[in-house]
Amino acid sequence: MSLSSSPFRASAAAALGRDRARGNIRRAMDGLVAKRAAAFADAAELERLRDQGRAIRDYALSRLPALLEQLEERCSANGIQVHWARDAAEANRIVVGLCRSYGTDAVLKGKSMVSEEIGLNAALAAAGIEPVETDLGELIIQLAHEHPSHIVAPAVHKDRAEIAALFRKHFPDQCATVTDPGIEALTALARRVMRERFGAVRVGLSGVNFAVAETGTLCLVENEGNGRMSTTAPDVHIAVTGIEKVVARLEHLAPLLTLLTRSATGQPVTTYVNLISGPRRAGERDGPREVHLVLVDNGRARIHADPELRETLRCIRCGACMNHCPVYARIGGHGYGTVYPGPIGAILEPQLQGLERQGELAEASSLCGACAEVCPVRIPIPSLLNRLRFEHAAGQAVPGGGRPGRQRWVWRAWSQLHASPRLYRGMTAAAARLRGLLDGPLASALGPWTRTRTPPRVAPASLHVLARREGFGDD
Amino acid sequence: MTEARTAILGGLRRTAAAPGPMPELPVRRFDWDLDERLDRFQQALAAVHGEVHRVGADWPRVLAGLLQQAGAANLRYGPGGPLAAALTAGWPADGARLVPHDQAVEDCRGDLFDATDAGFTSCRAGIAETGSLVLWPTPAEPRLLSLIPPMHCVLLEAARIVSTLHELMAAEVWGGGLPTNALVITGPSKSADIEQTLTYGVHGPARLIVLVRDERRRA
Repeated sequence: MSLSSSPFRASAAAALGRDRARGNIRRAMDGLVAKRAAAFADAAELERLRDQGRAIRDYALSRLPALLEQLEERCSANGIQVHWARDAAEANRIVVGLCRSYGTDAVLKGKSMVSEEIGLNAALAAAGIEPVETDLGELIIQLAHEHPSHIVAPAVHKDRAEIAALFRKHFPDQCATVTDPGIEALTALARRVMRERFGAVRVGLSGVNFAVAETGTLCLVENEGNGRMSTTAPDVHIAVTGIEKVVARLEHLAPLLTLLTRSATGQPVTTYVNLISGPRRAGERDGPREVHLVLVDNGRARIHADPELRETLRCIRCGACMNHCPVYARIGGHGYGTVYPGPIGAILEPQLQGLERQGELAEASSLCGACAEVCPVRIPIPSLLNRLRFEHAAGQAVPGGGRPGRQRWVWRAWSQLHASPRLYRGMTAAAARLRGLLDGPLASALGPWTRTRTPPRVAPASLHVLARREGFGDD
Repeated sequence: MTEARTAILGGLRRTAAAPGPMPELPVRRFDWDLDERLDRFQQALAAVHGEVHRVGADWPRVLAGLLQQAGAANLRYGPGGPLAAALTAGWPADGARLVPHDQAVEDCRGDLFDATDAGFTSCRAGIAETGSLVLWPTPAEPRLLSLIPPMHCVLLEAARIVSTLHELMAAEVWGGGLPTNALVITGPSKSADIEQTLTYGVHGPARLIVLVRDERRRA
């Protein structure tokens, strides 16, 4: 593996050149951090809620196969048809197959990160079915032929002028009357454009925030109403979700919803919490006539097999880890080059796609720990990053094998010095004796690093020497 | 397809660890009296652009006045709903036109989407902590009545305001089974997808008008 072929380095380098997007992202992240802080004013309550959130998700993951069977049984009893997909291709075949069986040429889409993960829009388009993104942010990036740069706020990297230009290009008729590129006018335009589709398209598709095994209920949260539209107005609703989204009991939603919305956007609750427990029953006058649930594995069962890495699956997709991440704030979601960006992406994507392909993502962190501090379900992201870094490095035949010339040489020397006690002691003794050089003649050798930092000072005696003097042996 | 099911569940079972304990989850609730629940409900809903009006027995007249101010020419309501009789009996002669919503969506889609100014529903409960309304749509008051019209008008009985959603779920034993669709609605439809700036009325109603009827006001 050479550096230029690393997908992460290339995307990050490209992202660093997009100053306008970086500015937009930075402003948004600062705002979201402040909103979350205000929403969790009571620190003791926050920690209690996080304990509950973690316990609820852990319990569900510890009984995952039994809960999935219960979910299937209760959903079926409610009239929801359950499908299972081992991987992305299988999930896409199921959805495309359903769309074909209903003879639709378009699908109304509510926001769904799993649909991004499996590449559903491309699969639908290839089958001649138009995916219609209805969430305002998703609509914007669909028009721009991009992917979400944030799992909660997909178009966070774009500003109003860019969005106005996109709308003018794609909806020239509607824009004839819009001279003001104000946010209200742009939002109103999206409403007009989408209204025509809501009344006409016969199949809707959504993700799922939580699937409740006890009652066979799909819980969806949103603010715009497009999620309710996509799941209520069409004749058919297809829900796509990862197998880890199941929770045991309906009551478990109470703390999870509070944690999710406050962590994500600082709201006490979203405008709509939509609990779907079946298609339209006899006598009802609206709602879909059929509801399908597609349960997608796509690597999750493999992650579940490892007790430590399994903690990744506790994630409720609030995005707080990326909002608080210094790396995300600088490169944005597109800088990661993956569907799930930020700290959660840096642990999830190498597991979903393999260390060979995405192992370097585990390096996309300063290990500052902000992500773990805000995670509503206490995922120990820095520990998992370390574990993945270790495995990624262990998988390389030569230490530092993936790095360019001079760096490779430094890492090899470092590794050899630390592998031999004799060499290590010799090195520390030499460093202690020559420490005067670092303050004087060699200070400039550290180069730009010391321009904004105090250079490290080598102690006159190493810890080893000090311990020996105190009478400690080598044990 | 059963092949995928077997493979996924089999894979999960092979590596299954011992199930952990069911989490202890004391019901999160507050001992607020009716006045405090009302005040908190009103403040929380106002904070997300919901409009709250405290009303008495003459609420249809109050609602008609609000619709007139908004320039709404019609109000769609479920004639089989629990409040339909009171609504029609108390509706002023010069009020907005009352449109019965009693057809399947397939038979009234055009009218519902394009010719309706406001929708009226009852609601099951209010949540003081978040200013939320809990709706369980019924055949008489279907799901889209609270979503498609640009204004959603609701009558809430003050005594039906509880402290938290958790308290309501536990008291009504939601875990025992839910209707095909249950909704928690908190304010009008909104988005912050453009520059994190809140705008209202994206795809759902731009206005949410809540009339809170306090039985004690009869005196």
